[in-house]
Amino acid sequence: MPEPMGFFTDTTVCIGCKACEVACKEWNQLPAENGGVGELSGDSYDNTRKLDGIHWRHVRFIEQFKGPYDGRWLMMSDVCKHCVQAGCLEVCPTGAIIRTEFDTVVIQSDVCNGCRACIAACPFGVIDVNPVSGTAQKCTLCYDRLKVGLEPACSKACPTDSIQFGSIAELRTRAHKRVDQLKAQGVKAELYGADPDGALGGLNSFYLLVDEPEVYGLPRKPTLPSRNLGKSASFSLASAAVLGVLALVGLRKRRMDDMGSPGGGGPN
Amino acid sequence: MSDTFFSGAPHWTWFIVPYFFVGGLAGGAYFLAAALDWFGRPEDRPVVRTGYDIAAVGAILSGLLLTIDLGRPLRFWHMLFQSENFPAIMFKGWSPISFGAWAILLFGLFSVLSALGARAEEGRLQMPALRAVGGVVTGGVAKLVSGVGGLLGLFIAGYTGILLSVTNRPIWADSPWLGALFIASGASTGAAALILLAPARGATERTLAWLASFDARALVVELLILVAFIASVWSIRQVWISFWGLVLFVGVIGFGILAPLRMHAKPAQAAKLVLLGGFLLRVATILASEGIDRYRVAAGL
Repeated sequence: MPEPMGFFTDTTVCIGCKACEVACKEWNQLPAENGGVGELSGDSYDNTRKLDGIHWRHVRFIEQFKGPYDGRWLMMSDVCKHCVQAGCLEVCPTGAIIRTEFDTVVIQSDVCNGCRACIAACPFGVIDVNPVSGTAQKCTLCYDRLKVGLEPACSKACPTDSIQFGSIAELRTRAHKRVDQLKAQGVKAELYGADPDGALGGLNSFYLLVDEPEVYGLPRKPTLPSRNLGKSASFSLASAAVLGVLALVGLRKRRMDDMGSPGGGGPN
Repeated sequence: MSDTFFSGAPHWTWFIVPYFFVGGLAGGAYFLAAALDWFGRPEDRPVVRTGYDIAAVGAILSGLLLTIDLGRPLRFWHMLFQSENFPAIMFKGWSPISFGAWAILLFGLFSVLSALGARAEEGRLQMPALRAVGGVVTGGVAKLVSGVGGLLGLFIAGYTGILLSVTNRPIWADSPWLGALFIASGASTGAAALILLAPARGATERTLAWLASFDARALVVELLILVAFIASVWSIRQVWISFWGLVLFVGVIGFGILAPLRMHAKPAQAAKLVLLGGFLLRVATILASEGIDRYRVAAGL
C-alpha cells in the first residue's frame, strides 16, 4: 500500500511563471478557454484568474501595492487540496469521487453525471464543470502518472521547486524546516493545511504562506458541509411537526364545530 | 468574513429554482390531501383528488427538471445505482442530494399511485392497465399509500433546503433554517394551489375555507422562520444589498406573505400571491448565493 502523497507549495519561491498551469493543461489535455482567444482580466496581470473545470492549476497573483514604490507581489500556485476529510467526496451522490491508494481525491469522469453538488461542497472553490465533458472536474494529482511511478506534471515543470511533490510525512518535515529558516530571517511564515489535527484532518496539498490565508483566497477554517446536517434536519423536522399539528388541529376543530352545530354531522 | 465566501457557485439556476418551487408545492399539496384523506370528511374528496393530481404532475415535472439540469442527463440513474456495479444501490444517507434522489423517486411512485386510485374512484381511468393499478389503491391500501406519501411530501418540500445548507456556500451554509423555511413554504404554496385548482373538481366552500385558514397559519409559521433565517445570516447581511435582497424583502415578505395575510375576503387572489411568494423565495435564496462573486468578495472589493 503506497503512503499518502501530495504537494507542499512554498509560495515564497513562486515566480508566477505559470509553467505548472501549462504543464497541467498539456498533460491532462484540458481545453482552452474562450476558444483559445486570449482574454485579459483587466484588473490583474493574472489572466486565468481561478481554478475551474478546465484550470486544475492556477497561479494566483496577489498584487499588494499601496503606492508606486511601496508594494509586493505574492504568488501562489493553487490546486485541489486533496483534503483528508473531503467535502466533495462526502456529498457526491453518484460515487464518482473516490479516495485513491495515494490518499488523493479523484473524480471519475465516466461516473459523474454533472449534478454539481461537489462544487458547492468544496470550501476552497476548486471544482467546476468542464464544458467539454459536462462533468465536474479538478486536479487528480496526476493519478495516471502516479500509477506508473511518475511525478505530477505541475511539480515536474516547476522551475523553482515552489511545488514539491512527495510523501506527506517527508513534505511536512521539509516544510517545517523551511518555516524555521524563514522565521530566522524575520519573515512571517506559516503553514496552511499541514496539521493532521487541524481543519479537514489536514490537506494533502498544503502551503507555506507569508500573509493571512484570506489574502491568498483561502478560508481560515475550512469545514465539511455535513456540519450543518444535524441542525438543519432537526429544524426541518420541527417545522414539519408544527405544520402537521396545525393541519390536524384545524381538522379537529372543524369536526368539533360540526358536532356542536345543530344538524351538523358526526365524525366520518 | 464567513469562510463560505471562498467556495464556488454550483450553477444551480433556472432548472433548480422551478424544481425547488414545484417540488415544495407538490409535497405540500400531497401532505394536505393525505391529511384530508385520513382525517377529513367525504365532502373533502374533490380536494383530496386534486392534491394527488398536483403531486403526481409535480413529481414528474420535478424529475424532469432535475434530469435536464444535469451536465450528463442520461446518467441520472448513477444517483440511484452504482454505475460500475449495477444493480447495487447507490445511497449515501448523509448526503441530502443522494437521499433526495431516492425520495423524489419514491414520492413520484406514491403520488402517481394515489392519483390513479383517486381517478379510479371517479371512474375516469380508460386504459385497462391503469384501471387495474388504480383499482388496487382503494380503502386501506389507499390510506397506507397516502400516509407514507404525505410524509414523503413534507420531506420533498424540506430536503431541498437541507441540501442547500449542507454545502459550503454563502447564505445557504450560513443558516440552518432553509429546510424548515422550505417546508413551511411548501405547505403554504400547496394549500394555495389547492385553493385555486380544487373548485374545478367540485370542492365545497367548507373545505376551501379550511384550506384558506390553514394557509394563513402556514404563512405565519413561514414568516417566523423567515425572520429566524434572516437573523441567522445577519453577520453577512451585506449579501441582501442586491436585487435578490429586494426580491426577498418586497417580493417574498411583502407580496408573498403579508399581503395574502390581509386578504381574508379574497382567498383566490391571496392564493395567487402565495404562489408568487413561494417562487420568489426560491429565486431569492438560491440566486443571492449563486450571484456572489467569490473573487471580488475574497479580495475585499
